[in-house]
Amino acid sequence: MSILVDKNTKVIVQGFTGNQGTFHAEQCLAYGTKVVGGVTPGRGGEKHLDLPVFNTCKDAVKATGANASMIYVPAGFAADAILEAAEAGIKVIACITEGIPVLDMLKVKAALDYYGATLIGPNCPGVITPGQCKIGIMPGHIHKSGSIGIVSRSGTLTYEAVKQTTDIGLGQSTCVGIGGDPIQGMNFIDVLEQFEADRQTKGIVMVGEIGGTAEEEAAEFIQSNVRKPVVAYIAGVTAPPGKRMGHAGAIISGGKGTAKDKFAALDKAGVATVRSPAEIGAQVHEFFAG
Amino acid sequence: MNLHEFQAKHLFSQFGIAIPQGYVASSAAEAQDASDKLGGSLWVVKAQVHAGGRGKAGGVKIAKSRDEVGQHTEAMLGTSLVTHQTDDNGLPINSVMVEQGLNIERELYLGALVDRGSKRVVFMASAAGGMDIEEVAANEPEKILTVQVNPVAGLQPYQCRQIGFGLGLDKKQIGKLTQIMNGLYNLFVEKDLSLIEINPLIATAEGDLLALDAKINVDDNAIEVGRHKDIADMRDTSQEDETEVRAAEHGLNYITLDGNIGCMVNGAGLAMATMDTIKLHGGNPANFLDVGGGTTKERVTEAFKIILSSESVEGILVNIFGGIVRCDMIAEGIIEAVKDVGVDVPVVVRLEGTNVEKGKELLEKSGLELTAADDLTDAAKKVVAAVGAA
Repeated sequence: MSILVDKNTKVIVQGFTGNQGTFHAEQCLAYGTKVVGGVTPGRGGEKHLDLPVFNTCKDAVKATGANASMIYVPAGFAADAILEAAEAGIKVIACITEGIPVLDMLKVKAALDYYGATLIGPNCPGVITPGQCKIGIMPGHIHKSGSIGIVSRSGTLTYEAVKQTTDIGLGQSTCVGIGGDPIQGMNFIDVLEQFEADRQTKGIVMVGEIGGTAEEEAAEFIQSNVRKPVVAYIAGVTAPPGKRMGHAGAIISGGKGTAKDKFAALDKAGVATVRSPAEIGAQVHEFFAG
Repeated sequence: MNLHEFQAKHLFSQFGIAIPQGYVASSAAEAQDASDKLGGSLWVVKAQVHAGGRGKAGGVKIAKSRDEVGQHTEAMLGTSLVTHQTDDNGLPINSVMVEQGLNIERELYLGALVDRGSKRVVFMASAAGGMDIEEVAANEPEKILTVQVNPVAGLQPYQCRQIGFGLGLDKKQIGKLTQIMNGLYNLFVEKDLSLIEINPLIATAEGDLLALDAKINVDDNAIEVGRHKDIADMRDTSQEDETEVRAAEHGLNYITLDGNIGCMVNGAGLAMATMDTIKLHGGNPANFLDVGGGTTKERVTEAFKIILSSESVEGILVNIFGGIVRCDMIAEGIIEAVKDVGVDVPVVVRLEGTNVEKGKELLEKSGLELTAADDLTDAAKKVVAAVGAA
């Protein structure tokens, strides 16, 4: 099983012929992802990386039967790209782009519900089901097909969790980077729900950070809906209030969104929290060793 | 990005939001000219800085004569204002606003922001204006009225009435409030704002509603993608941390902290986690620094220089998990920076991920005195020990 994407997922790349789009499409192809083409307005009919280029998502879906998209379109145009994919009937949209204006995402979010599409990100590494399908910018070689589901707001911290679960031999079912923006597509609860239902996933690693209340809401959800063991880490214990810590969504404002509150909520929900990202692997190992 | 009060009020007037008459001045003579133009016998001189709490800190003064307008202005310009929202150095006062004195009957609070939970623009209002609204929110949340705006439908008149009646305004005032709220909403969405605050919104004895203060925060992402040139031009870097501004010019996310261990990390989450792990092992981070996903050798070099420019840094921890970023490229950047500026503090380097072996080899062959670490825990322990011993 796994969630969201697998070996049958057909992917198109929006922003296909740009630097980022080209580089990461190549990496995904090398990993074995079924990339079936891409979209760059005005370049329809050309070939790029031996794959067809289309002017619109609609054309791409019609010709290739794609059901997933990864977006590398510049921030000012990314909202448009997400909605174009949704309108074309794409069901899993991973938006890698960082720096999308917040009000653009607010509109996208309101419109997406209408199409029933799942958005991953933006400002995220993407989604990967190891050995089957990599959609995004994560380094494929650190992953290993296995039993741990990983969901995270941070890219590089996801890689830490991935490497550690690979090193202890358990590997990953699917890893989802939900992104560091204040308004995003899938949230922790959406992903946790799917991991709970997925037979391949035996345990879950959740990586959060300061800002907002998504971790607190996830804690409540876990307490009443998740039976699988969950290990969680929250970044930003030392972050000062009122400062945006790199990610647009990582900010403590009005005393809300501190790491301390999030740890407390998760502890209360019975989640095994760790105070250092270096301890994630050891904690997961503990669950499955005995 | 924050705007000054005078800039925010300029936008208010463009969007039909009522404000008191006033002028910005950057000398005592200009301030006195402003009071002449305003007329009357009572004026308010307000320091223009990017911080709230100006009144209590002495940044808002009443003047009863032309001379007093000049004296207050003279006393403020060129100094720094320290409020509860600034650090101990305060923020430089380079200009003041001179406004007409008014007959204030009531002080209200009105604000709008992007609410992450509801994914809507939310208006907040309170009859407890003029106070610290965060305190009101924490202690008496029932005193704050909110309405959520559906992005498709936009702000509706009933929502303005709901706020107006909630604040105890009369029918005529509610009409004026509706105009103000419509102006604020249009301004908010047209200019990609992330926060507007009017504290206080005043009701005058003459029955007017006016924005006595104005705070605006603009979404940096919108400026970054090239929208709103008019607003981008309003940026005043004298109100920002010098090192943070310099870092941003090089595409680096840098935030000054008060510890002594400098950090250079790729990825915002990992950068925070690195600070946390240093703290966990008994040290104190001197900064947050994310060199970013698509970083270059030049950027790494610049990052290193910025860390070293702080006098409080007694040790440096480099923590890289190469995904898109290649470890060998990071290593080259470090070597160049160390050669360029000279490093007299211990540097601990932890590399992991893409091309890690190549990176480690480059560092070893460089002949530089760098301490290699196996993982984040090892790295944090080593840098804390090195600083403690120094």
